[in-house]
Order: sequence, then C-alpha cells, then structure tokens
Amino acid sequence: MSMNRRSLIKAVLAGGALMGVGVLLPRAAMAAWASKAFEATEQGTAMKALFGGEMPVASADVVLDAPDIAENGAVVPVSVSTEMAGVESISIFIENNPAPLAAQFVIPEGTAADVSTRVRMGKTTNVTAVVKADGKLYSATKEVKVTIGGCGG
Amino acid sequence: MGIMRVKAKARGDSTDVKMLIKHNMETGQRKDKSGNVIPAKFLAEIEARHNGKLVFGASLGPAVSKNPYFSFSFAGGAAGDTLELSWKENTGASGTETADIR
Repeated sequence: MSMNRRSLIKAVLAGGALMGVGVLLPRAAMAAWASKAFEATEQGTAMKALFGGEMPVASADVVLDAPDIAENGAVVPVSVSTEMAGVESISIFIENNPAPLAAQFVIPEGTAADVSTRVRMGKTTNVTAVVKADGKLYSATKEVKVTIGGCGG
Repeated sequence: MGIMRVKAKARGDSTDVKMLIKHNMETGQRKDKSGNVIPAKFLAEIEARHNGKLVFGASLGPAVSKNPYFSFSFAGGAAGDTLELSWKENTGASGTETADIR
C-alpha cells in the first residue's frame, strides 16, 4: 500500500514536471526579441545589433513601397518585397525615429518575401528595408515626408 | 474573443493572410495629463503556424502603428485548415488564437 502511494506520488510529481515543460516550451520556441536592436537610438547601432556588424548593400532587387508624403505619421503603410531566393528575414528601419528599428519579419521557407504593415514616423526621414537572403544583406531606402508626426502626442 | 482579426484565403497552392490586431501599441514616449510617462506596452512578437510549421514570424517595436496590420502569404494551406496564432507583449503577457483558412 505504502509502495503504491509512493509510486503514485512519484507519478504525480513526474506529471507535474512534464506539464511544467509543456508550459515553458512555447515561450522558448518564440524567436528571441532582439532587445538591443529595438532599443538602439541610432540606426547604425540598431543594424549592428541586429545583423552583427555586416552592413546592407543597396539593391534594386529590394522593392520598398511607401508613400512620398504621409499626411498622418501615425499610420504609414509600408510594403517590402523581393524576388530574391533564400530570403530569411525582412527588417524595416525608420532613421529619425526615437528607436529606428520598427519591425523584423521572419520569412520561413515556403513563405513569400512580400510583407506589408503600417508604421509610425515621428518626422520626415528615410525608411530603409533590409532583406537578408542567403546570409547576405540587401537594402532599399526611400524618404517619406511626414506632415503630422506619429510619435509623442 | 481574441485580439486578432484574420482573413486567410486559400488561393491555388498558397494562402494569403491579412491580419489586424487590436492593440494600442503604447510607445512609452507619451505622457498623461499630469505629465507622467505612460509605460510602454506593445506587441513584441507575433507568430503564425500552419500544421505546426512556422509560416510567419514578426518581432515588433513600438514604431508599429496602433492596431497593427500585417499581410503575408505562404505556400500550402487549404480551405478548412486552421492557422495557429500567437502573440507576446513586451510586458510578458501572451496569448494564442486560431483562425480558419477559407
């Protein structure tokens, strides 16, 4: 009887431990948020933190679609696409924002290198899209004029 | 009710996804009426999976607009399939939701 009780306790404990692992796993599976890159206040620092020193090369194969003039800096539509093969990620930087790195998209195999989102822009500045393909970095930059800023307020 | 509004449409051999997430994306730069900084509270990570495989992942900063919008498409997926979605705030809060592919 006592043996049974002991093994029951063991089983419960083991089960509990397994449940703990189950709860923790999804978090571990989440891509680690690159806090250093997102918190950087200079674009160069943010790129360095995100890409580890390598700087992107301007490329006509990166298609960055953003308006010439954004009347409302709080909602600026930005699309990035490329026909390049082996795309791993697409990142969007807004040079004069308090924190220039706005977003990084992971492009798993099978997902099109074509993403759209909407960003905030504090003032008129360059928007840069960086595509990482086969381990190399390519970029496209466009100046967006902002009539009403989207930060602060 | 979740915070994610998703339109996922199977089109031939790929699926187009449009996602709108109800969230203030508080930047941490704004002040309230008495001049106190409103703490940052924004979505930092978004993931979408189809049959357990990651099809879209995003790391976000507070420069992404209020009620974030994303569109993407991935190979595979059929009407009736389920997309598994997850989000995580900078505060550590997180959630999971599902959406049907049409």
